[in-house]
Amino acid sequence: MPSPPDRRAFLAGAALLTVLPLSAARATPDAMAAAIKEVVGEGTIREGKVKLDLPPLVENGNVVPLTVSVESPMTPADHVKAIHVFNEKNPQPHVFSARLGPRNGKAVIATRIKLADSQKIVAIAETSSGAFWSASADVIVTLAACIEDVT
Amino acid sequence: MRTAWIALGLASVFVATFALAQGAADKRRSGYQDMGEALQKMQDDDTANPGMLFVQLGEQLFGRPAGAANKSCADCHGAGSMKGVAARYPAIPKDADKPVDLEGRINLCRTANQRAEPLAPESRDLLSLEAYVAFQSRGQPIAPPSDPRLAPFRAQGAEIYRRRQGQLNLSCAICHDDNAGKKLAGVTIPQAHPTGYPIYRLEWQALGSLKRRLRNCLIGLRAEAYAYDAPEYVALELYLMDRAKGMLLEAPGVRP
Amino acid sequence: MTNVLINAPKTARPGEIVEIKALILHPMETGFRPGTNGRIIPRNIIERFTATWNGAEIFRMEMSPAIAANPFVSFFAVATESGTIGLRWTGDQGFLVEEQVAIAVG
Repeated sequence: MPSPPDRRAFLAGAALLTVLPLSAARATPDAMAAAIKEVVGEGTIREGKVKLDLPPLVENGNVVPLTVSVESPMTPADHVKAIHVFNEKNPQPHVFSARLGPRNGKAVIATRIKLADSQKIVAIAETSSGAFWSASADVIVTLAACIEDVT
Repeated sequence: MRTAWIALGLASVFVATFALAQGAADKRRSGYQDMGEALQKMQDDDTANPGMLFVQLGEQLFGRPAGAANKSCADCHGAGSMKGVAARYPAIPKDADKPVDLEGRINLCRTANQRAEPLAPESRDLLSLEAYVAFQSRGQPIAPPSDPRLAPFRAQGAEIYRRRQGQLNLSCAICHDDNAGKKLAGVTIPQAHPTGYPIYRLEWQALGSLKRRLRNCLIGLRAEAYAYDAPEYVALELYLMDRAKGMLLEAPGVRP
Repeated sequence: MTNVLINAPKTARPGEIVEIKALILHPMETGFRPGTNGRIIPRNIIERFTATWNGAEIFRMEMSPAIAANPFVSFFAVATESGTIGLRWTGDQGFLVEEQVAIAVG
């Protein structure tokens, strides 16, 4: 029968082993900022014109419905060129980048994403004039109560 | 085909509304009613509901010849002929003395009539066929057969449902009867009515059977899950279907 | 075996903005998860989804591992002329699926 300190030491070691690789593979608010910088360059991002719809309380982070809508006439002269979505706590900051144009009629896209944890999501729209508009949403991700065995 | 599905999609919105209306007189709630609006919409929209991908696969499999008999399901049954079938299973097949669930029935057809290998539990083909069959009963009330031979199996299911199990020493009833509607971690505990099976469970990112879901519950209790072919699952399903009698089927359901 | 569900109108008025929804069977394995043997399951995702109208690209989406399994995408398009909407998914391990639906505009 192992003595309590040994068991504690073992558990602490096991916890380190499991936590370290995960934390190393996680995006951070800094990583998200860097990924946004890659898209935006020296451009300024203004809040507004973009609407980001996500359930505020996510019932399962594996499948999270998300809709991005941008106010735009979507004409050849004035349209949304791209919509980018980022997160701060998944392993990588990128979620998706969509290319749009006047053929879309409206700048609304919906998809489903994975969220590893409660976090902030940012959507950025790039217009034909080179402006960047954004919206963000904070979501709480709950965990399923009854899950699978690993066998 | 697509038009038909869109029509059925509209029908399912009606069904959902009806299920809510049913809730007023009847205290029973489908897990659908405990989900947020976003997930309800995912289930109701046939192009958003991932379970519909498997219904489509199942439809294709239903028409494909298999086994030494080189017969398809549709050769005997005709396409789209399975309305109401999922609402009455588990049942005792002709010339048998034990009940089988829908998956068991599909595999009986495979081995006896198609002379093919049975499909593996939780395999994509089996789940897809089950989804295609169950989808045809969408909107139908659960209608367990009155066959008196089912009574002892149903009683066994009720006994398992109430039996404390596992290291946590909990029964199904403690969560799903006594504490339904309350929270377990961040999740609302459902009443455990099998209205949507096979379900697309977001936790799995896949379609799965009631058996798989029951196994998840057993593992949650830190109990040893029965083997996939164990009669306990059929007994539990018989009890659960009887408990949900009259509730409307929603297959393929979406659940968190 | 078809592994795609597409929902687009069969008919539209000229200039009408129509919604196109598509769902495809795909595991979207992230490349970050260990399998039951403790080893990382190799990444297997759809990297790109493109939509064309009579051959001309009208929408494109670059996906990351953060897109949920069995990806769903909805977008809009102006119904310009009758013809074919083409949808194409490409990704890891040589994944390629192409589907077409017809639309009559008039």
